[in-house]
Amino acid sequence: MVPESHYVALSAVLFALGVLGVLIRRNPLVIFMSIELMLNAANLALVAFGQRHGTPSGQVLVFFVMCVAAAEVAVGLAIIVSIFRMRRRLSVDDLSHLRY
Amino acid sequence: MALVTFWVLAILAVASAIGLLLRQNPIHGALFLVGNLATIAALFLTMRAEFLATAQVIVYAGAIAVLFVFAIMVLIPGKEETGPDPLRPQRWLAVPVVGFLALEVALALRSGQFQAPPRGQLVSGGIESIGRLLFTDYLFPFEVTSLLLLAAVVGVIALTRRGAA
Repeated sequence: MVPESHYVALSAVLFALGVLGVLIRRNPLVIFMSIELMLNAANLALVAFGQRHGTPSGQVLVFFVMCVAAAEVAVGLAIIVSIFRMRRRLSVDDLSHLRY
Repeated sequence: MALVTFWVLAILAVASAIGLLLRQNPIHGALFLVGNLATIAALFLTMRAEFLATAQVIVYAGAIAVLFVFAIMVLIPGKEETGPDPLRPQRWLAVPVVGFLALEVALALRSGQFQAPPRGQLVSGGIESIGRLLFTDYLFPFEVTSLLLLAAVVGVIALTRRGAA
């Protein structure tokens, strides 16, 4: 059996890669995908910790995280599409004003 | 055997995450994301979280990845990160910062509170145990989730309606 610490370490690596994606990429779509990467890393850690404590509660929490991720992606992509309609460009560095 | 499976899946997950970061074309990034989500579903299976592995494939690889591909289709693909990057020196700063973050997390994981004695057997995450918890202990958060999804649907319609706002 693989010890849970392996899974938690892998989740830490994936989370760090997600943070790196948010920091170095300029395309808001890729930034969103990196956020998905971070959410998935957190899910992996939740399942691993749930198994360590011997309860499926961690997996129920992952279920809620998935629901929130679905809602977040829908709203986020809608915002990106409407920004693109307004400005015809897509780079997060252009969006430095809190108005349009 | 389980250890070999874990390492193969872990290498695949990290490689697809790095691929997502490095490819300039967002549609390639979306493909790497799907690969990453699939390997994480397989990792859920190795931890006996069968229901979550199924939900992961349906929700993430199905719904969310399709949503991403649609968004890339609506926006012009491959043309986004053109032009000189005014913040290029600052971007390189991100690599040591993230390295420091990973080191910090690794140190936190090596601390005493994560060193529990290993359990002999994994808890089954089948649909029965998850559903029982979902409709007893977690009934209120479950209902709030439906409200959240409704709010997301209404918000998306309000945001993307032409002519309004």
